[in-house]
Amino acid sequence: MQHESPLRDPLILGDRTYHEITTDIAKPIEGKANKYWYLVFTISVAAFIWGFSCLAYTIGTGIGQWGANKTVGWAWDITNFVWWIGIGHAGTLISAVLLLFRQKWRMAINRSAEAMTIFAVMCAAVFVTMHTGRPWLDYWLFPHANQFGSLWVNFNSPLTWDVFAVSTYFTVSLVFWYLGLIPDFGAIRDRFKVQGKPMQEKIYKILSFGWSGRARDWSRFEEVSLVLAGLSTPLVFSVHSIVSMDFATSVVPGWHTTIFPPYFVAGAIFSGFAMVSTLLLIMRKVLSLEHYITIQHIEMMNIIITLTGSMVGVAYLSELFISWYSGVEYEGYAFMNRATGPYWWSYWGMMTCNVISPQLFWFKKIRTSLIATMVLSIVVNIGMWFERFVIIVTSLHRDYLPSSWTMYHPTWVEIGIFTGTIGMFFTFFLLFARTFPVIALSELKTILKSSGEQYKRERAEKSPSPVTETTSH
Amino acid sequence: MANDKQYWKGISQLTDETKFAEKHSGEFAEYIPVEDFIGDKAKMETSSTNRRDFLKFLGFSTVAATLAACEAPVMKAIPYVNRPDDITPGVANWYASSFFDGHDYASILVKTREGRPIKLEGNTLSPITKGKLSARVQASVLSLYDSARLKGPKMKSGNAWADKAWSEADAAIGAKLAQSKGIAILSSTIISPSTKAAIAEFSAKYTNVRHVTYDSISYSGMMKANLSSFGKALIPTYRFDKADVIVSLGADFLANWLSPIEHARQYGITRKVGKDKKTMSKHFQFESNMSITGANADERFPVKPSQLAQIALGLLNGVGGGGSASNVMGTQVTKVADALKGARGKGLVVCGSNDAALQLVVNEINKSIGAIGTTIDWENPDYTHQGDDAAVKKLVEDMGTSIDTVIFYNTNPVYSAPMALNFGAAMKKLSCRISFSGMLDETAAMCDFICPDHHYLEAWNDHNPRKGHYSIQQPAIRPLFSTRHAQETLLLWSGNKTDYHTYLQKGWKSNMLPMQHTFGDFAAFWNSSVRDGVSELWPATATQTEDEKKSLLGITKKDKDKSDTISANDESAVVSVSNDSVSFTGGTITLSEATSQLSSWKGGKYELSIYASTALGNGAQSQNPWLQELPDPITKITWDNYITMNPADVKEMKLFGVEGDDKDAVIVRFDQMEDMLDVVEITANGYKTKLPVWFQPGQARGSIGIAVGYGRKGFNEIIDNTGANIYPAVGMSASGTMSYDVYDVQLADAGVEQHKIATTQSHSTIMGRNEDILRETTLAAFAKDERAGNPRPTMHTYKGEADVEKVNLWNDFERPNHQWSMAIDLNSCIGCGACVIACNAENNVPVVGKDEVHRSREMHWMRIDRYFSSDTVKEEEDKKDEEGKGELGLMEMYRHMENPSFDNPKVVFQPVMCQHCNHAPCETVCPVLATNHSSEGLNQMAYNRCVGTRYCANNCPFKVRRFNWFNYTEYHRFEKTNLNPAHDLLGRMVLNPDVVVRSRGVMEKCTMCVQRIQGGKLDAKKAGVRPADGMINTACAQTCPTDAITFGDLNDMKSAVSAMEKDGRKFEMLEETGVRPSVFYLTKVWNREDEKAHV
Repeated sequence: MQHESPLRDPLILGDRTYHEITTDIAKPIEGKANKYWYLVFTISVAAFIWGFSCLAYTIGTGIGQWGANKTVGWAWDITNFVWWIGIGHAGTLISAVLLLFRQKWRMAINRSAEAMTIFAVMCAAVFVTMHTGRPWLDYWLFPHANQFGSLWVNFNSPLTWDVFAVSTYFTVSLVFWYLGLIPDFGAIRDRFKVQGKPMQEKIYKILSFGWSGRARDWSRFEEVSLVLAGLSTPLVFSVHSIVSMDFATSVVPGWHTTIFPPYFVAGAIFSGFAMVSTLLLIMRKVLSLEHYITIQHIEMMNIIITLTGSMVGVAYLSELFISWYSGVEYEGYAFMNRATGPYWWSYWGMMTCNVISPQLFWFKKIRTSLIATMVLSIVVNIGMWFERFVIIVTSLHRDYLPSSWTMYHPTWVEIGIFTGTIGMFFTFFLLFARTFPVIALSELKTILKSSGEQYKRERAEKSPSPVTETTSH
Repeated sequence: MANDKQYWKGISQLTDETKFAEKHSGEFAEYIPVEDFIGDKAKMETSSTNRRDFLKFLGFSTVAATLAACEAPVMKAIPYVNRPDDITPGVANWYASSFFDGHDYASILVKTREGRPIKLEGNTLSPITKGKLSARVQASVLSLYDSARLKGPKMKSGNAWADKAWSEADAAIGAKLAQSKGIAILSSTIISPSTKAAIAEFSAKYTNVRHVTYDSISYSGMMKANLSSFGKALIPTYRFDKADVIVSLGADFLANWLSPIEHARQYGITRKVGKDKKTMSKHFQFESNMSITGANADERFPVKPSQLAQIALGLLNGVGGGGSASNVMGTQVTKVADALKGARGKGLVVCGSNDAALQLVVNEINKSIGAIGTTIDWENPDYTHQGDDAAVKKLVEDMGTSIDTVIFYNTNPVYSAPMALNFGAAMKKLSCRISFSGMLDETAAMCDFICPDHHYLEAWNDHNPRKGHYSIQQPAIRPLFSTRHAQETLLLWSGNKTDYHTYLQKGWKSNMLPMQHTFGDFAAFWNSSVRDGVSELWPATATQTEDEKKSLLGITKKDKDKSDTISANDESAVVSVSNDSVSFTGGTITLSEATSQLSSWKGGKYELSIYASTALGNGAQSQNPWLQELPDPITKITWDNYITMNPADVKEMKLFGVEGDDKDAVIVRFDQMEDMLDVVEITANGYKTKLPVWFQPGQARGSIGIAVGYGRKGFNEIIDNTGANIYPAVGMSASGTMSYDVYDVQLADAGVEQHKIATTQSHSTIMGRNEDILRETTLAAFAKDERAGNPRPTMHTYKGEADVEKVNLWNDFERPNHQWSMAIDLNSCIGCGACVIACNAENNVPVVGKDEVHRSREMHWMRIDRYFSSDTVKEEEDKKDEEGKGELGLMEMYRHMENPSFDNPKVVFQPVMCQHCNHAPCETVCPVLATNHSSEGLNQMAYNRCVGTRYCANNCPFKVRRFNWFNYTEYHRFEKTNLNPAHDLLGRMVLNPDVVVRSRGVMEKCTMCVQRIQGGKLDAKKAGVRPADGMINTACAQTCPTDAITFGDLNDMKSAVSAMEKDGRKFEMLEETGVRPSVFYLTKVWNREDEKAHV
């Protein structure tokens, strides 16, 4: 048990007891969904089905249903892939990096952030696997035993690195997330047992892997969590670094940039936190979790958004500077074309959304405002989508030989598939919110006595002088 | 009924029944040790895994069978039951033949595989085309497999067509012909002596037969002028290779004028420079439309069509032959005239107009500069264009009166005749109309009978394109459908039942055999002529006696007997018809008449110049998808015709929302107009039609250009919807000459209407990247320094400035055996696109249609980039900036650079195919190693391995990789009509079996014709030698009329490509990227004083 400075704002408000935490978080699982849930769920499922029909149409006929062409070989497909992968980043950062840094505030948000990661990577996987001309042969990208002679994958290709990076990332994230869920599933199972609902009890019994809550279980749980956190931490940096190498190792002006790996990681965290903000703001309202996801949480996330947004902004400006300073005609033109060419709107959209808009969070009033956060988090995600579009499409559409310069226009099929992944994401997330404990309740309980509002108050009453007491027993 | 009979199986059954029964109780009479084979008997019986093993095997086999069933469907191939003698499956047979469609002539070799013609190549024995072909001739093999071809004779009953047997059709037509008052045969130019003989026989049988020659692109005016100047209604042969100064007045002699393949080749010779040749021809062009000839000119002067009169008179005046000083471009005309005077005997003036007066003045200029007999060869007149406009006019007048029956042979006047002729109406007055068309074209559709002729690759014929030059057209395949030689049809109707093959032989025996000196024996002569495809034959001079002739020919009685064996028994000779004795009804014109006519030429606000496009020519092959998808060399537009208009005129017409005097308002960025073009209604010579307007820099102000060959009707949904027909707007003078220039046309904005256009290159300038992409210099600079305009690219390194070749991140590959390479001489490339079609045919490149081209998804493995110069030159602007005088900001500068010079841009063509980089960026990024490097320097594609990530295409700096966005051979979107040849079974016959048809989702690109390389290597190996230079050639290099492309082995020190590699003009595209291309280019040299040679 840790004691926390009374100077710090409490992380759990509303005088919650241990039992109340359990009931609060189990409520959405045990109760019935309201009509809003059903409405949003219906829309999401519809989008999901529509998107996958578009995908089926593409698989049935050809990638030509999309707008890409001889010059712009990648467009919405890889834009969406990088965007979704980026969104996934916040989850791992929150659960792994913040765990290692012992940031307790992460406990209220890590579960849903990780869920978001899983779903986002699934959406990303849709694009990365389906953007190929013959997706049924995608398994050739894995170095598998085969009878094709001595044929294996090309380890020089950044796409091969990508395959390893993304699949490892997804696996580790999934395991880490599920591990955290096990004790909570145990708690839910026990509640269903008490309530006499054998069906649900059975389901959660299976899901909890027979969690017993003994000291040995807990000890192992803690150990594995730490190990996985250690494993996940480098993944936070590796995945997007490697994704960025798809571009950075090429000869395309505007892609061939050494700044890409750190810049992509910062951008990914930036967009990931924005997405977490968007989701949690809705969730805390709908599931009445205001006591757990507090303004303080929102503010923390906004601070990270401002930090990473500024990093991204610095990266943009460095790119611009280097493109001019290098004196390379193609590099210089690529960036000038981004800003003033036919796709200028996407560049300025990116600049406004990613660099200027997060600076508003310097004002405390804005970063603690729910509505402002909601609006700005969506703006940031739009901006990050534009960033990927700018990098991919505007670099490709005018590269070396002006004779091959052309334009790219998306088709309804592509837009449909993108809508479909958004539908898929929300479908999964809504199901998650109704069936899984959306907050890591076992973890949260560990900080109730140190960071709960009423305990802080009691402690403050006992020792009025503000003594910093941070050592744990 | 019970059968109590017993049949013994042998004597043993009778003698020892029990033993027999024992022996036969088992399945086999003898003991078969099955169990012993399987293993230990006891163990087998006790083993409990037998059943499980069985189930495992069962499961495995079921799964294996199921998986095997998932494989791609099996396509059936039917083997030869009896192999034909001359066919070895997998080995191509080549046949010499000839192509002539009334517009283009070429001597060809037909490559057939398993009996199917699949590719055409030039016949190197031909003194005219010398082994070179144009895009149109290359593409003609595809029209053989056009599913729109007629399958047999047709007869109209009411408004419907009925298929008939030949005998029925012949009987019906015979009855009609017998009743005819007057019969006319309307044909395009016929240069075949045997065909003319057949027509003569037909004319002899029926009284009142008139043969009229009608060319849709007519040279009648030229013939009239020549008749006046030289007394011969013929067209001479032009010798561009002997000309130092070439002046063209609107003649597109590299793509469409008279004999373009020959001219291009000759022109190429004069344009080549090298170590030992530091001179080249100087080419001036006066024209209104930007043609490829004009684009290649050293100096091009945009003038309105009517102004050509002034120019011609000015030139005549300048060279001292009369005329009057030009009041249009006076100084330039004087300069050109001075150049012509300076090159006496080595100058040549050609004119593309069909106006006799203008041509007459041009004749006078040529006479004045001593061109006759040097650059203009009257010894070998050209027979390929004999159209007689006045005779056509007369025929139309007589139709319905003295002529009631017309036979149409290889001509389509309903589509192509000027509106003034009113051909369609005259046609309705006839009582009998017969067409020999192989397709249901516009004219055939109005006929009563269609007796389809063979496709030329199925037919025998002979050609006499030039005096003394004969060539045989040999069929390369049995007729696919129930078609018949038109000549045979004519002979049959005249009562001669000889088949045309025999008739042809008879003709050659009676007429051609006596003209030669090599063979005494007809069989040998015939076989040699057919094998070689071409023969040089000169009529014996009249002064020779009969005996002299005989001794000259070495004919003995014995030889004569022998020759009989090959020919038909019928000894009757075929009448000899010479192309020299062409009837011409156009009359003559004097110089004073001509001068006064020319002086009175006046143009309206807008003048129209109708031209034949490089791809479609006169439109005879409009239905050919390869040609439709061949981008126009200048506009890069496919599948359409359009109005070309100077951007300044567009501004004046306030099209595209351009309004006001704002300088920026005129600056239209080409990529933004790639989608929709404004449509304008044009009225010319009373004909109205609507066409989209395309900005054409270099188009003379106040003039517009429209290509013929589009707007066909009755073919299929796609061809019928490409462009509009402009032939009706062709003018018809009182004397009956067709005029392709209309001096006053009305244009009206068609309001909101817009037209979608598909171009393969939407960006037209090089954006100041000359240094890296294409290098140019002037002849003067080149003469001083071979490396002029071609400095070695350098790079900043920590050790200082270094040659980019020295800065290398990679290890070089070893090239133990060959190192294939390709050199492209930018100075010879004229941008004609023959290579593109040759590549399409050789490599089964799919046609994707307008919609896909519009999406920038054309599949061409090679393209010809075309760059216009811009008014804003980066170097100059940078210099101004350094001096502090810069007016434009950086962004403004780039924006201005995107716009070509409107008035008269310089143009450069650059063929681009896979550069086969030795450090290929595509290879490193492919995750599955589908694209990799050969030890011979080729960048190869393993289609089967390709997953289709398209990463390689993104990483290709040259953007030469092409992705199969769809299954072009199966997907129904490409099924409509014969868009993609590989879509229907008939069209598939054109596919080259040596090259795989790529499936959907894989990347493809130029392979440097790897199948030809491998084939050549095998041939060399069989011969026990190394492949000699020239033994292996790519399709593009083979066909190139100017020899701009050279393929060879860099490891072979004696190869042509090795020599070029050491040339001072050698450069690589984007050398500083370090990709080390195997394809290199030679600097473009301009013969102009202007120091600013650059695009």
